[in-house]
Amino acid sequence: MPIGDWFKKEQKDDTQSAAKRAVPDGVWEKCPGCNEALFIKELERNHMVCSKCDYHFPISAQMRIEDLTDHGSFEELWADMHSEDPLHFIGVKAYALSLDKAEKTTGLKDAAVCGRALIDGRRVAIGVIDFKFIGGSMGAVVGEKITRIIELATEEKVPVITVSSSGGARMQEGMISLMQMAKTSAAVARQSAAGLPYISVLANPTTGGVTASFATLADIIIAEPKALIGFAGPRVIEQTIKQKLPKDFQTAEFNLQHGQIDMIVDRANMKRVISRLIDYMGS
Amino acid sequence: MKRFAYDFERPLVQLETTLDEMKRLESAEKEDIAADICYLEEQIQKLRMRTYSKLTAWQKVQFARHPDRPKMVDYVEAIFTDFIELHGDRAFKDDSSITGGFARLDDEKVMILGHQKGRNTKENIAWNFGMPNPEGYRKAIRIMKLADKFGLPLITFVDTPGAHPGIGAEERGQAVAIAESIMELSRLKVPVIVSVIGEGGSGGALAIGFGDRVIMLENSYYSVITPEGCASILWDGEVSAERAAEVLGLTADKLLELGIIDTIVKEPLGGAHHAPALVARNLKKEIVSALDELKAAGQESLADKRYEKLRSIGHYAEHLKALTK
Ligand SMILES: [Zn+2]
Repeated sequence: MPIGDWFKKEQKDDTQSAAKRAVPDGVWEKCPGCNEALFIKELERNHMVCSKCDYHFPISAQMRIEDLTDHGSFEELWADMHSEDPLHFIGVKAYALSLDKAEKTTGLKDAAVCGRALIDGRRVAIGVIDFKFIGGSMGAVVGEKITRIIELATEEKVPVITVSSSGGARMQEGMISLMQMAKTSAAVARQSAAGLPYISVLANPTTGGVTASFATLADIIIAEPKALIGFAGPRVIEQTIKQKLPKDFQTAEFNLQHGQIDMIVDRANMKRVISRLIDYMGS
Repeated sequence: MKRFAYDFERPLVQLETTLDEMKRLESAEKEDIAADICYLEEQIQKLRMRTYSKLTAWQKVQFARHPDRPKMVDYVEAIFTDFIELHGDRAFKDDSSITGGFARLDDEKVMILGHQKGRNTKENIAWNFGMPNPEGYRKAIRIMKLADKFGLPLITFVDTPGAHPGIGAEERGQAVAIAESIMELSRLKVPVIVSVIGEGGSGGALAIGFGDRVIMLENSYYSVITPEGCASILWDGEVSAERAAEVLGLTADKLLELGIIDTIVKEPLGGAHHAPALVARNLKKEIVSALDELKAAGQESLADKRYEKLRSIGHYAEHLKALTK
């Protein structure tokens, strides 16, 4: 079961907060972590992290890249790649329409943004998944772009960094999506065999087919505080085992305690930590 | 004996039951109704064709889950000899929802690996309905590595509703266990032949479910998500799993068209459980011929070719998109 049930919930929350942001002169944002009203300007200065409770708001791929790489160094690749809707999938609405809508709200052609960049002057390859584009789900485009960025890093002998926030495989592309798990994982196998570093950052939420493929195959796995990370969605688990889940279940902290990740790093410190790691692992 | 039947099979089963009753009558009476029996047999034949010759995606999903459908243990018995089962992940426990070990395919030494679904309630409880925990995938990785080390072709059988969703499974790293199993499978130097024999449920299936040749039984399915899961997420549960099965493109013929599988093994009318020995024979024929081809191709390049095969799966466009209305 690749997709967590949080999917629906998160999507709703997203539309709600998007609606709130659309209010004219909306200068306040309510924190889902502590319910405090936060001054947006200040929130942005703080990398979209609540100064009261440390809640990490979801951020766009562009903002993420700006945060992690040297200013102006990012050179995007394959930006025009888009889905062909191979199954002509029609759910509540046509998948083609969901793609159009996601493209309009995010300015992206699909959920992954990949390219070359510098971190403290060091060359890296980076791939970031934007949750706002259909729940950051992995279909053929995300799978292909992540595979290409891993291959490019292998070829150019540079570290690769991925930042994930994804509900998993994109069910609107059926088995083609599932196979992207194999494709990306196979690319990691080759990159790893070449002795090159791979750092995976897991942001809220990362579940299903992305955690069960490239995102957990890195040399180092870093999570953002309180991020939901797991394979199956909490509701699916609850329905299956018919008992209540522990309070902190599938949080970054839970995953650290159970040995599933290397560390939890605040957004404000993420670039510095990655830079130090690359220094140890890079040539 | 009352046999298991889905709703769409009921009219047929009723006729068949009537026929059985007629045939059980005294021989004197039987002569009187010989013509009736003959007529009924014809009707049954026609109805059987109508019921089974054009199965919908959902009906195929139902067949894939049929309690009487042959399971991995049946194919192991029918296809291989001298099976030596291996156990354990060397860390936590032995997860019997995944099994495997050394076996002989005619004269060929191979390694087999697959999801274990039970043939009855007792087996199903013991084998967790074919839903592995992380230790199951870690056992699978051990078995893959052994196959690689000793140059034994890996023959896998896929039949799972999905990986087990549970607290312990998450604590012990269900996601990374599946990811590592996928990665291991991708880099094996030995031939990998996959047979999807029932349910191909998502990442839990993929972990042992891709290779140099992927064979699918006609009425099995392979899907990114269960039809029920898809219906509840995408349509808020308002639409039935039946419709979700249709749009997910999870049938063998659709997956052959998409280039995700390589071969389909036909099943008799009414599904594999109507002629298990025949299906096992046909499946074996496909496995043997795939293995012959792969061996002829030479071992050196197999992992590279498998990579290229994976690399080619993806339907996307790179030109600028035409403006949408
Ligand atoms: Zn807060």
